[in-house]
Amino acid sequence: MSALPALQALAARHRLRWWEALPWAAGVACFFLFPNYLAFGTQVLVTILFALSLDLVLGYAGIVTLGHAAFFGAGAYTVGMLAAHWGWTEPLSGLVAAALVAGVVGLLSGWVLLRTHGLTLLMLTLCTMALLEQAANMFSSWTGGFDGMPGLSYRPILGLFEFDVLYFRSQYLYALAVLLLCFAVVRTLAYSPFGRSLTGIRENVLRMHAVGAPVHARQVTAYAVSAALAGVAGAVFVQATGYVNLAVLGLERAAGVLIILILGGHGRLYGAFVGAVVYMVLEHTLSKAYPTAWQLGLGIGLMLVALYARNGLLGLGDALRRRWSAR
Amino acid sequence: MTMSGWRLRVLAVAAALAAGGAQAQTVKVGVVLPFTGVGAEFGQQVDRGMQMFLKLNPGAFAPYKVELVKRDSKNPSGAEAKTAVQELIAQEKVDILAGFIYSPDAIASAPLATAAKKPMIVMNAGTAWITNLSPMISRVSFSMWHSGYAMGEAAAKTLQAKTAVVGYSDFPPGKDSLDAFRRGFESSGGKVVDAIPMGGPGQVPDFTPFFQRAKDRKPDVFYVFVPSGDHAVAVTKAYAALGMRQAGIKLIGPGDLTPDHKLQAMGDDAVGLITAHHYNADLDNPANKRFVAAWKQEYGAGATPDFMGAQGYDGMAAIVHVVRTLQGRIDPDKAQAALKGWKYADSPRGPIMIDAATRDIVMNEYLSELVKVGGRLVQKNIGVIPAVKDMCKELKEGKCAQ
Repeated sequence: MSALPALQALAARHRLRWWEALPWAAGVACFFLFPNYLAFGTQVLVTILFALSLDLVLGYAGIVTLGHAAFFGAGAYTVGMLAAHWGWTEPLSGLVAAALVAGVVGLLSGWVLLRTHGLTLLMLTLCTMALLEQAANMFSSWTGGFDGMPGLSYRPILGLFEFDVLYFRSQYLYALAVLLLCFAVVRTLAYSPFGRSLTGIRENVLRMHAVGAPVHARQVTAYAVSAALAGVAGAVFVQATGYVNLAVLGLERAAGVLIILILGGHGRLYGAFVGAVVYMVLEHTLSKAYPTAWQLGLGIGLMLVALYARNGLLGLGDALRRRWSAR
Repeated sequence: MTMSGWRLRVLAVAAALAAGGAQAQTVKVGVVLPFTGVGAEFGQQVDRGMQMFLKLNPGAFAPYKVELVKRDSKNPSGAEAKTAVQELIAQEKVDILAGFIYSPDAIASAPLATAAKKPMIVMNAGTAWITNLSPMISRVSFSMWHSGYAMGEAAAKTLQAKTAVVGYSDFPPGKDSLDAFRRGFESSGGKVVDAIPMGGPGQVPDFTPFFQRAKDRKPDVFYVFVPSGDHAVAVTKAYAALGMRQAGIKLIGPGDLTPDHKLQAMGDDAVGLITAHHYNADLDNPANKRFVAAWKQEYGAGATPDFMGAQGYDGMAAIVHVVRTLQGRIDPDKAQAALKGWKYADSPRGPIMIDAATRDIVMNEYLSELVKVGGRLVQKNIGVIPAVKDMCKELKEGKCAQ
């Protein structure tokens, strides 16, 4: 059977390409190359996962949000409070609980908020996060508030791998494994008909209405799935560091992840990886070399990207490759 | 040259060689402070305080070598500080941890200090129960209970107040300060008739509605806790605008209300303000005179150290004490033993001591009144409460009991 080439390309686009193994090989290599930096490495992995969850709503569904940390925080507080108040310290079931709680928060808030769009939506997502943050501050006997919940500890992963207080070895591999799993979910979704319809909504919402697509339901579903993934990121963050406070819900975290995703390139799966690694490694090395002035270097770098690489670093890579092949 | 003189010289050379052996080993101190973001001002005070100690005590470490490794703890999330501390321990192999402005930073890092057995010298973080989190923690700064409890007692005894209203920024230091003041005031026969949360620490709110509510309760004193800095300036403005002094309500608080570097900006409205704190730049003792003069010489006439600067100074004194006592080889247990009960007489805030039982600081609390002398606002000392302990742990309040 000889199909049209365009159709073939469409059918083959979800196939794994050889270079898609690279990030994971690099992740494992870092474990052996930098054994003393694994606490930082774990933070990078968590941030990649968080940025990936944002990519699903921002990059694919085109929902602009400034309040994504609300779901990161919901997941973080779920595993934190389960451990502190009810002694539920099994990590994997904690992840499931965090995904459920964050997903429900995403479903409910998305169902209401996604009737709006543009700046209104931006403000409302910000407000949702601020409300959750204030609630966490008000009920500080439950959440620990600003000072947080100290000394959280979790049972070994699968009953085998103890959390490593000092060197973060098991935390790093745990975060890598969770990231791989969540990435598989996002990748499958992105290439599924559901993912295509999200892209359709992003590109031309009127037309999607016209062809009879359930726009609102699709958006809310994407928002809830993304929220659940962000919740998992928050949960891994708390299990790895053994600490949670109000900062998991802050604007700094929400805006930071947005910058990271845009830096890497949104709507392209691997933007989260590139953005998080470049941003955090740059921040980390600069802040060690110049503890008081590192933000200057980072700021200049971000300005250059904003000016000359509109589609992020991956977009820049694409443009260079196109120019190369045009020769 | 007699025989015994010659022998003594050989011994001296041998001792010098032995000291040289110790000298070869460098003690590494990891300093974790916010150098950027909203806390940069605080980090700078502590950092400068540490530098001042080394400037005023040249050769303090000799013959031992000490290297400071500075890391930015950025925001008060705890996670950033913890990541920095993990790397300081694993990669830089530091012997001592120091710094910690925000309580979350110290709280999140405590398990690392315990697991790696690294002495951790807290130079600010004021949540009372921090010292209970790890046997490796010693605190050279304060807990909110030091000033709050002292002010409570002084309000009832010295100021003869019967009723008080408390206004506080709604985050842990504010709530701690409220609890401490209430305990101190009510145990001395006073009564707190209202406690008003006045917004978070992030932004300076409009204080007028909170102060109006306080005024309507007609207390003898109005105790206010706000974060040291711009909040304090706004507090005195609101106090004056509502005519609370004319209504016979005294404004009192912990020393966070009179930050030394913001003092002149507070203007005449602030005259008469009464505070209790462990340090102010106008303290009249030789060590402080030297400290403030050297600070102004180094950082300009307009610069003034505040309590965080003094804490950095004393923190460095503690590090020097540990290094010298252990002769440059840091053993965690011996270091903790050296810190427990450590007394230091030359602090800019007067004599201080680390309580052997709680590893928290014992120090004087100074009762001050803001007065105007020759066009400048000055903190006039009106009373000293000597050797104040952290009352939260003394009274075993809440989490302090664990």
